[in-house]
Amino acid sequence: MNTAAAKFAAPADIEAFSQAVRGKIRADSKVVRVCIGTGCAAKGSRKIYELFRQAAEQSMDDVKIEAKCVGCHGFCERGPIVVVEPGEILYQRVEEPDVAEIFRETVLGGRVIERLLYEDSATGTRASKAEEIPFYAVQKRIVLENNGRIDPARITDYIAQGGYSALAKVLSSMTPEDVIAEVEASGLRGRGGGGFPTARKWRSCREAKGKPKYVVCNGDEGDPGAFMDRSIMEGNPHSVIEGMLIGAYAIGSEQGYIYVRNEYPLAVEHLGTAISQAREMGLLGKNILGGTLSFDIEINRGGGAFVCGESTALMASLEGRAGVPRAKYIHTVESGLRNKPTNLNNVETWANIPAIINRGGRWFADIGTKNSKGTKVFSLVGNVRNTGLVEVPMGITLRRIIDEIGGGVRDGKRFKAVQTGGPSGGCIPAEHLDTRVDFDELTKLGSMMGSGGMIVMDEDTCMVRVAKYFTEFLQKESCGKCTPCREGLAQMLHILGRITDGEGQVGDIVRLEELADLLEGTALCALGKTAANPVLSTIRYFRDEYDAHIRDRHCPAKECRGLFRYEIDEEACKACGICLKACPVDAITGEKKVPHVIDQDKCTLCGTCWEKCPFTAVMKV
Amino acid sequence: MSEEIKVTIDGKEFTGSAGQSVLDVALKNGIEIPNLCHDPRLRPTGSCRLCLVEVEGQQQPVTSCTLEIQAGMVVRTETDQISAIRQTVLELLFYEHRGSCTTCDENGKCRLQSYAYEYQLGDESLSQSLYTEPAPNYTTGNLALEYDPGKCIRCGRCVRICDEVQMAHALTFKNRAAETEVTTAFDLPLNESTCVLCGQCISTCPTGALYDRSAQGQGQAKDLVKTRTTCVYCGVGCQIDLNVNPKKNRIVRVTSEVGCIPNDGNLCVKGRFGMDFVGHPERLTTPLIRRNGKLEQATWDEAIGLIAEKLTKIRSESGPDSIAGLSSAKCTNEDNYVFQKFIRAGIGTNNVDHCARLCHASTVAGLARAFGSGAMTNSIDEFKNAKCIFVIGSNTPEAHPVIALGIREAVVKNDAELIVADPREIELVRYAKLHLQQQPGTDVALINAMMNVIIEEDLHDKDFIEKRTENFAETVEAVKEMTPEKAEKITTVPANAIREAARTYAKADSASIIFSMGITQHTTGTDNVLSLANLAMLTGNVGKESAGVNPLRGQNNVQGACDLGALPNVYPGYQSVEDAEIHAKFEKAWDAKLSAKTGLTVVEIFHAIEDGSVRALYVMGENPALSDPNLNRTRKALEKVEFLIAQDVFLSESAQYADVVLPAFSFAEKEGTFTNTERRIQRVRKAVNPPGEARDDWRIVCDIAAAVGTPMQYENASQIMDEIASVSPLYGGIAFDRIESVGLQWPCLDKDHPGTKYLHKGEFKRGKGKFHPVRFREPAESPDKNFPFILSTGRQLYQYHTGTLSRKSPAIHQKSPTGYVEIHFKDAKEYGIEDGDSIEVSTTRGKVTTKASVGTLVARGWLFMPFHFAEGPANMLTNDALDPIAKIPEFKVCAAKIRQL
Repeated sequence: MNTAAAKFAAPADIEAFSQAVRGKIRADSKVVRVCIGTGCAAKGSRKIYELFRQAAEQSMDDVKIEAKCVGCHGFCERGPIVVVEPGEILYQRVEEPDVAEIFRETVLGGRVIERLLYEDSATGTRASKAEEIPFYAVQKRIVLENNGRIDPARITDYIAQGGYSALAKVLSSMTPEDVIAEVEASGLRGRGGGGFPTARKWRSCREAKGKPKYVVCNGDEGDPGAFMDRSIMEGNPHSVIEGMLIGAYAIGSEQGYIYVRNEYPLAVEHLGTAISQAREMGLLGKNILGGTLSFDIEINRGGGAFVCGESTALMASLEGRAGVPRAKYIHTVESGLRNKPTNLNNVETWANIPAIINRGGRWFADIGTKNSKGTKVFSLVGNVRNTGLVEVPMGITLRRIIDEIGGGVRDGKRFKAVQTGGPSGGCIPAEHLDTRVDFDELTKLGSMMGSGGMIVMDEDTCMVRVAKYFTEFLQKESCGKCTPCREGLAQMLHILGRITDGEGQVGDIVRLEELADLLEGTALCALGKTAANPVLSTIRYFRDEYDAHIRDRHCPAKECRGLFRYEIDEEACKACGICLKACPVDAITGEKKVPHVIDQDKCTLCGTCWEKCPFTAVMKV
Repeated sequence: MSEEIKVTIDGKEFTGSAGQSVLDVALKNGIEIPNLCHDPRLRPTGSCRLCLVEVEGQQQPVTSCTLEIQAGMVVRTETDQISAIRQTVLELLFYEHRGSCTTCDENGKCRLQSYAYEYQLGDESLSQSLYTEPAPNYTTGNLALEYDPGKCIRCGRCVRICDEVQMAHALTFKNRAAETEVTTAFDLPLNESTCVLCGQCISTCPTGALYDRSAQGQGQAKDLVKTRTTCVYCGVGCQIDLNVNPKKNRIVRVTSEVGCIPNDGNLCVKGRFGMDFVGHPERLTTPLIRRNGKLEQATWDEAIGLIAEKLTKIRSESGPDSIAGLSSAKCTNEDNYVFQKFIRAGIGTNNVDHCARLCHASTVAGLARAFGSGAMTNSIDEFKNAKCIFVIGSNTPEAHPVIALGIREAVVKNDAELIVADPREIELVRYAKLHLQQQPGTDVALINAMMNVIIEEDLHDKDFIEKRTENFAETVEAVKEMTPEKAEKITTVPANAIREAARTYAKADSASIIFSMGITQHTTGTDNVLSLANLAMLTGNVGKESAGVNPLRGQNNVQGACDLGALPNVYPGYQSVEDAEIHAKFEKAWDAKLSAKTGLTVVEIFHAIEDGSVRALYVMGENPALSDPNLNRTRKALEKVEFLIAQDVFLSESAQYADVVLPAFSFAEKEGTFTNTERRIQRVRKAVNPPGEARDDWRIVCDIAAAVGTPMQYENASQIMDEIASVSPLYGGIAFDRIESVGLQWPCLDKDHPGTKYLHKGEFKRGKGKFHPVRFREPAESPDKNFPFILSTGRQLYQYHTGTLSRKSPAIHQKSPTGYVEIHFKDAKEYGIEDGDSIEVSTTRGKVTTKASVGTLVARGWLFMPFHFAEGPANMLTNDALDPIAKIPEFKVCAAKIRQL
């Protein structure tokens, strides 16, 4: 079969094409895969790719050498990442000057450059392959499996890796009911945060009265620090499209929408390219693969409102109205976009579908816990050694994610809490680190799975400030429609501000809890209903920190200005005079060989001495 | 009826219907669940969270406004938990709402205030507002209304009513979270936005955040006395509440109650902001008599004495037919009845007419011939359920704004198909499936072509035609020649659009025709109406709900003035003066010798003044010096007439010609009734005391009648209505005590008759509906080399008739300060005219200077002018050529030219 400009006319064409593409790859061909995910790109990987491409073009070697852009590998902490085939040699923190050497030594010479390999800081051992690195070894990659392998801008790459075979299977041998049954067997629950059983949603939408029906992909990932969906859309856009195609077939829809944040230009670009390639090859459009399914997808870019991740707000925004949620007294599967039955799933949910179809619902259901099946992608960030994107089986403990994948807390500090579930998630303290990560367990702890944000905090983190940070974010992002969210959050923020300013009042905690109850019980949408989680969970696990702020006017983590003071440790002070000279208000006195002293009345708590002291003799107390 | 569902609320069982919310059912049964974002006219939004209730089986409280009732549902509206929630929600609202009740206009009506009391918020909660001095906003400088973000609780009702009911889409929210504020798109000043100043936003605001600018400081809601009456502007007959501060004898603001018939609490700009005229300093307060060419103050005795002397003298010299009277579509039914009775029984002539001659004379003539009754067949409330609405020659959103709400609702909410036939691109076109932009004066060609298609494609209702109509065959002949292609040449409407319109109209389950002066004000006016009647009968759309042929009457009581016989050919109730039996009946009832000869119509009266056969004219509440066609000729006649009596609230353009001017009550000072366009007789009630020595219109007429020796004695308006009921079968069952809360629609034959929602059910008034073969005729005047444009005149939303009343309102004046002529931008370019330029428009009859309004509302070669403005009176230009049957002049078509100044 011709591998150029094919247009598929039947399900069997996909497999034939895939084989043809693979057949063309010579056993001795070499590939340099450069990550151009957002993390690596920010560190200059585009230029590195360009250099590899030029090197490959200019190479006189008789072996075919190809430089390839690929999506996020997840190990963003160590980017830019370059992988060389054959051998799957993974180089990390590659810089421009390294390109020539990699090309010469590894690509052409087949020799490994030790210096660019990952080195385990604890053991000092180097790993030349991803699977040898603990960060990857503990993960189980389904959704992210092909991220880092395929060029997201080339549909042939996706198909060569088995892409669209699930669609072919569905269209050649499954009824829509079969598809829903398979998804049901997998136990897949929505990855956007709600955890609603996907098959049940599909079935409701399929059975809902009204035409046309829409399927929507929610790519409005708004949580600060989260980039799971982004990496999927950027790195493997066809997996989302294939998932939506299968969903459309199961539900009976002819039109899909992908709602992407405008702040994700690369995702928009790659999705756009993927959609037009899929159209060209007959995978979107009329009578797909010669059958009865007709389906197309449009991309809509969001305007930057966090609340547009909420399904009804998203649909309002899709309709061109202000992104404001509505009361869901009628479910969107019955009356959603333009008052028509609409099935909305998140990016990761859609991306799971092809694998479920290919390998079967039971295979998927074998992974995970009783009520939470499969894997979940988390963006692991904060005070952890290995930040990045990780995909783990449901049921893994928080401790394993943080310690084994994340490499533990940075700089030898003590772990204090992990915040899961995005801004409206909760903070989980050390005593619950052995909790198994699934929908229900996290909820029990007052947090949630959310869309998969995971922020690790060390001992220097003030939990009241954390609560304030997230409350402020949510307050600003509240659409302002319902009273509890609009004014309740504003009041909570007001009180938290008072507490971190050292002006907390007796009764503030009770008032916070009251307002939190009001939000949880009466807010109109999920944003409001969960918005109090950061406050509630920090009160629940770190009440002593609140008490210290309010009662003692002291911030135990020494983050809240005014609620701690600087002192100089007599023992450690070498009387070098650096702090004395640096102090802008002449609050420090001392002479040579005499430990310096801070005059607390003069000190404005600017922290200059603390920053400048070469002996860490200045302490926060 | 939809399915009945039983629910238990607070331990009591209630019945509701499917689709109703718990809140609906509770409120209907007197259970007051607190709510702030709810308005029954709006879709529920659930944003204030005050109406939360506990539902058995549900873990969390649910907003009762968004909760549909289900069988067996058990609801508790007030529990400890719910009370605590409400208290906290209210406390939160006071962070954004400044508790300045003592100085707020809404004090006494504010919902937030009453809930704060009910839930006993502490002083601390009430004084915690984070209020800061407001920055200028979209209402700054607007004279109609003002928005105070410091009192706004972001319930969104203003934004939603603007979107969902008015569909003006002028208001929106800006910002998010606690910074949310109401504004217009791009923060444009209100009058530059798409706002139509309906003030619905004020009406729905649950606090004092939106308020009438002119009401500010004029009395708090708790001190105002509300009087329910009928709006004095157009024929919709909205029920309004005049809110009067009794200490100041002043109408402070106008409100309307949600749920009232026919307007459901909705009003337009004129009803809401146009009542300044009532207390205006220019009101007439004493009679005036012309002495040495000047109008001077006089006593009532002097004025009545002079009138009696002159009328007696002229009648004895030239006979009763030398006297004529113009009654008033602005006055009450009782005024009209007494006026025409005086002219007929007191003077002895049938020379009585009124401005209906200028608006719907052709409707009355046409529909009476076709159906047997000249009135709107169906009711206002039925439009919203029509499957197809065909609006032809009615700029409903501007002339009958509240009826337009129902049309938009039909299209937007109920998926009706709207066809608009209008030479102008009126606002309704936005909602229309088809806009047929016919050349002015070509309606018969258009309608006949639609009938041609319907018959050709076999879409007509043969059963209806067979059983309920006559004269069909002749009509088929008449429309046969008018193929869509031929009509395209005449009307400029593409043949396929005509076909599509015909199919859409004919295939709809119920199709309603709405028309107004675009149809009637032609020399072919009666033909136009007859062809619409043909079209409706052809498709069986008469005598059924949400269908019919619906002329929208212009003036507040033009229907009543016609009903009460202010017409030269009929007594009250459309009883012919030339019918001997009826003639005898009225001679007996009125105990007088009556003329058996049809009298003169409005324009004929002026022509008769020219030839000297009419010597005295008594004008009650009309302004022919501005409203009548070919003003130069009319004004000459007003100057010429030997004795002119003007009875009015202001010294109108016409009153300035008078020999005697009589100060009358305005509608806000009198008791009586108006009959609206849907034949509904509704009460008018006194709200304020009249100025100076002004008198009630019917009392003035009685005073004159007594002075000329034919006394008429009535105690009050109610007694007059009783007499009306005794002589006019249509009003046979009408009495004031029956229409206290809701008006009745005629025919209402006796005291037990419930009134009539739609006419011709089962049988036409005249027995069988009669088809009239009508063939296209050209208008009286066509453009030529010297006068290349077709000029139409008409109304605009903000002003009313000759502006006597509406132009007294500063808020309206700010929005609509002066007249203009609409011209297509390409024509304007050809003449080098830019928007806002002063230009001269002239016809063979006269010329006026006005402003050019350049755009695309009119097509090329056509012009449009509103006629409200005395400083650029469109009627200087209009043609006084008459429809041969209805004697209505051709306001809608004349040949004009323009010149840049």
